[in-house]
Amino acid sequence: MRACLRPISAISRPALQRPSTAMASRSFHRSTPARNVQEITRPAIETPVSLWNFTEEEEMIRDTVRRFAQDVIAPRAREMDENEVMDKEVVNGLFENGLMGIETSPDHDGSGCSFTSAIIAVEELAKVDASVAVLCDVHNTLVNTVLRLYGSEDIKKKWLPGLATNTVGSFCLSEPNAGSDAFGLQTTAKEDGDHYIINGSKAWISNSGEADTFLVFANVDPSKGYKGITCFVMSKDMGVQIAKKEKKLGIRSSSTCVLSFDDVRVPKENIVGEIGKGYKIAIEILNEGRIGIAAQMVGVAQGAFDHAVAYAYQRKQFGKYIGDFQAMGHQFADAAIKIEAARLLCYNAARLKEEGRPFTKEAAMAKYYASTIAQQVSGSAIEWAGGVGFTRDLPLEKFWRDSKIGAIYEGTSNIQLETIAKLIRKQYVS
Amino acid sequence: MRPTLPSLIHILVPVKRSIDYAVKIRVASDQKGVDTSVKHSMNPFDEIAVEEAIKLRERSKELVESITAVSIGPAKSVDTIRTALAMGADTGIHITTPENVTVEPVSVAHALKAVVEKNKYDLIIMGKQAIDDDSGSTGGMLAGMLGWSQASFASKLEVESSGAVKVTREIDGGLEKLETKLPVIVTTDLRLNEPRFATLPNIMKAKKKKIESFKPEDLGLDFKPRMETISVSEPPVRQGGQKVESVDELISRMKSAGVV
Repeated sequence: MRACLRPISAISRPALQRPSTAMASRSFHRSTPARNVQEITRPAIETPVSLWNFTEEEEMIRDTVRRFAQDVIAPRAREMDENEVMDKEVVNGLFENGLMGIETSPDHDGSGCSFTSAIIAVEELAKVDASVAVLCDVHNTLVNTVLRLYGSEDIKKKWLPGLATNTVGSFCLSEPNAGSDAFGLQTTAKEDGDHYIINGSKAWISNSGEADTFLVFANVDPSKGYKGITCFVMSKDMGVQIAKKEKKLGIRSSSTCVLSFDDVRVPKENIVGEIGKGYKIAIEILNEGRIGIAAQMVGVAQGAFDHAVAYAYQRKQFGKYIGDFQAMGHQFADAAIKIEAARLLCYNAARLKEEGRPFTKEAAMAKYYASTIAQQVSGSAIEWAGGVGFTRDLPLEKFWRDSKIGAIYEGTSNIQLETIAKLIRKQYVS
Repeated sequence: MRPTLPSLIHILVPVKRSIDYAVKIRVASDQKGVDTSVKHSMNPFDEIAVEEAIKLRERSKELVESITAVSIGPAKSVDTIRTALAMGADTGIHITTPENVTVEPVSVAHALKAVVEKNKYDLIIMGKQAIDDDSGSTGGMLAGMLGWSQASFASKLEVESSGAVKVTREIDGGLEKLETKLPVIVTTDLRLNEPRFATLPNIMKAKKKKIESFKPEDLGLDFKPRMETISVSEPPVRQGGQKVESVDELISRMKSAGVV
């Protein structure tokens, strides 16, 4: 279409009459694709910079997390995976280093850093262990952020300091009958004086084994459909029970459980945001969470890549390093391109969010692409290391197993494509 | 150079920005140095020095009045000072040197002497050597210039509020225990402590801490090199050895090689 060749700003005229060509027979109306398209250069700035630019704190945070991951997590990663248990030392270390309140304000005992800092932290953790990365990611980008953005001052004062210093949080939306169709959730919250009584069950809940603070989405008025969904914050001793711990293919040391709520009494003051507006909270927060998962997948891909390529330049066959064979070099190049593209998608989505600009499409693109290439790169990485890559002596098989969940949780890949397609459609259809 | 009050001491910790210990070093194309376009971080022995200063404060809250990190180097050395602040130092001093000029140990010692004469310090904890030049001479030279006692290769440090200092040193023969009095220069060895990570809250707090910047002229310093590097080259590639079956064969081989 000729419309594509024009600068976007020029396309706001009604359809032109064409001289007789085959195309004129179709009176296609050149609509205004400019609507809803983000102006890519707004606001114009003096010196644009690349996505490899970070603030001083962001670089220091990357260094701290990298060293923490190497010194504390790496020696324990294999054992945690084999036993399907998150080591307490690791969780304590995350708290002590301020990694569990990255964006939380110092007034609430948090670290007061940027969103990109959280993304960087998740990426660096995932280079060593995706399970620890997801624990940190869910806790920060889902639990902490919901309370920060939608909680009243009292709720923030009551719950955020604990979450930043010693209490793990868990985000409970999905149910056995409500995954991608999250708004079909069936957990109910019945009003009873100054309490609500929660009944139902939640499935696929990360961190639930370690958590003591839970954000639970329940419907206060099923007759209103999804407009009755409300977000409640509660502590485990209010009655949250772990019904079953899943045995998983990957991220095995991240606890993923079925939770049951049996007449759990929650005070009315524990409602986060407004009654019936829980669905909005869920949609908006999962947008941000997507960027976190993208970062986790980028870390998994990079971690696998680093291990396998280092091995390939140590292992010799036929008198030379296996990495020196041209086919191998080309595969490394292909994988490196994919990782870089995923990383840039992820960082850009994070920066768009920080700038207060719409980022839904970019976040969905980042998560979709990063999870796809993480599978591909980690799979290739096993092959580069040959037989030993297939054993549990190297971490490569773990990266590959861990990468699979990227296409599934926090919005399946089909959902991501659907989101992107809908946003594209909005640009072209009035 | 006396402590201001018998119980409060001011600690100075010099820190150097050097090539990160994990980087694979390559000789630069001009054969006059190494490739410096690689990752830099704080000299590991200096990290241990910062950690020891902070540990002293943690051990006895009433003992330490202030911990100042100082770095002599180009603009990027500010990052190193910032890291020290994030670990727990209170303020920083940066003496700027021109880019791409190697600052020699004797110039560093002169600069540190100028800093000490400007402010009051009772204890200087510094790395025993920097991992880029491995010269290990700054601590000793500074002690000589200031006329202070020195305790090098410390693997244990105790400071009392009376000003008494006990240092355990690692020497070839084992451990040596020294007793001395403030003011003292202590250089750190590997086993003195395990440096902490800079936690996120401390990184954010470090943003607010002050770093004072000086040009060499401000302190009457001159960083002109007194030594010229003639060349830098990689060690020769190691030739494979050979196993011999008996002592006799060993002797005959050594004879034919002309070494016996």
